[in-house]
Amino acid sequence: MTEFRMPSLGADMEAGTLREWKVKPGDTVERGDIIADVETMKGIIEIEVFDAGVVEQLLVKEDEKVPVGTVMALIRPAGETAAPKPAERHPPEEIPSAPAHESLRVSPLARRIAAENHLDLSTVQGSGEGGAITREDVEKAVAERDIRLKPRPSEPAAAPAASTENIRMAVAAAMSKSNREIPHYYLETSIDMSKALAWLAEANRERPVAKRLLPVVLLIKATAKALREFPDLNAVWDNGLQRKEEINIGFVISLRTGGLIVPAIRNADQKSPDELMETLNDLIPRARALKLRSSELSESTITLTSLGDDGADAVFGVIYPPQVAIVGFGGIREQPAAENGLLGVRPVLRATLAGDHRATDGLTGSRFLATLKQLLQQPETL
Amino acid sequence: MTEADIKTTIFQLLKRIAPDTDPATLGPTDNIRDTLGIDSFDALQFIIALNEQLGIEIPEQDYGKTGTLEQLIAYIKTKGIL
Repeated sequence: MTEFRMPSLGADMEAGTLREWKVKPGDTVERGDIIADVETMKGIIEIEVFDAGVVEQLLVKEDEKVPVGTVMALIRPAGETAAPKPAERHPPEEIPSAPAHESLRVSPLARRIAAENHLDLSTVQGSGEGGAITREDVEKAVAERDIRLKPRPSEPAAAPAASTENIRMAVAAAMSKSNREIPHYYLETSIDMSKALAWLAEANRERPVAKRLLPVVLLIKATAKALREFPDLNAVWDNGLQRKEEINIGFVISLRTGGLIVPAIRNADQKSPDELMETLNDLIPRARALKLRSSELSESTITLTSLGDDGADAVFGVIYPPQVAIVGFGGIREQPAAENGLLGVRPVLRATLAGDHRATDGLTGSRFLATLKQLLQQPETL
Repeated sequence: MTEADIKTTIFQLLKRIAPDTDPATLGPTDNIRDTLGIDSFDALQFIIALNEQLGIEIPEQDYGKTGTLEQLIAYIKTKGIL
């Protein structure tokens, strides 16, 4: 049996309020299916399941607030035989079946109480003769579970809807944690964007308006591609450096009402500039409406922040834990630039890297920025 | 379509892009993006919306000619919308 737990959607999240189950016991689910809406400080998040199977039990009631890691549902993996139903169980529409464990010694009354309370008997320690599970054992287990799942007095069950203040507090929590725990180092490089912008202008000339690309897709693609050569930057710090296979760029999106949210662009290194633009067209409006999926908030392996053409010249980011790096891009500015002994005016982008010094050293970061620069000056390779 | 109609359409599209703003307060020479706090992504969505609503295609090299309300209306006029 697979346990489906309240996911962590970022370093700032300690608990979430289940607003709605999208499935019921007996439903078949596939990996990636949305099975619940959970309210967090970042809004109502669609929660996906990561295992295919059949929903066996829903353990958390709607509008309950539970800590991250709490078992919310039991899912019987695909291909696994359904547990036999208790002989005296009520109709499924009235009482969802609790799994029966025929190998366990359980009194009929205890089994019935367990079924009525959706309690997995395999989690109960029997105190009866020969380890048999008695009515008292089941009642005690149910009571203990209910206490565990009950919202603490300081945590109202009905959390307020996401607001500017909530988002601000979520950002504050994550950034404070980062500042406490991560020894940052900072590096910066200037990149001549002449070729990249020329490539982009040419590409956009051939596209209908709705398919035009923004410069940021080149920044995302170049960052993702450079990371392939520097896997220590595409990692998390959790009792040591843990590299991540997928390159999932957490893209910082500012909210119009203040604050920011950082959904993941999955496998960004494998996406073309057009595919990255399509992803942004989907992601940005949903992020600003606070309608993201759980995986989009939990799977980033590095963060990228771009201030855009109206932004400051450079940004020195704060790493989003447990990640180990953040890449920052300022606005593209026309600046005097020397090349081959000649001075000219060029569109220049200042790119920065903030790295976790526990995970990498400045030399790795410096080489990463050099590769990033090289890629952005050869846009045809992106 | 009159100039007033164009203005109304512009305001409706801007309101859709930036719902928390009041485009009607834009002065004729105010920079639209700066005044309403529209970033490059939303600016592109606005260009796309103008294309869909009015059938005009603004090439990238003309973006600089459409920065203010006055400039944008004048630009749309040159596209034969009036």
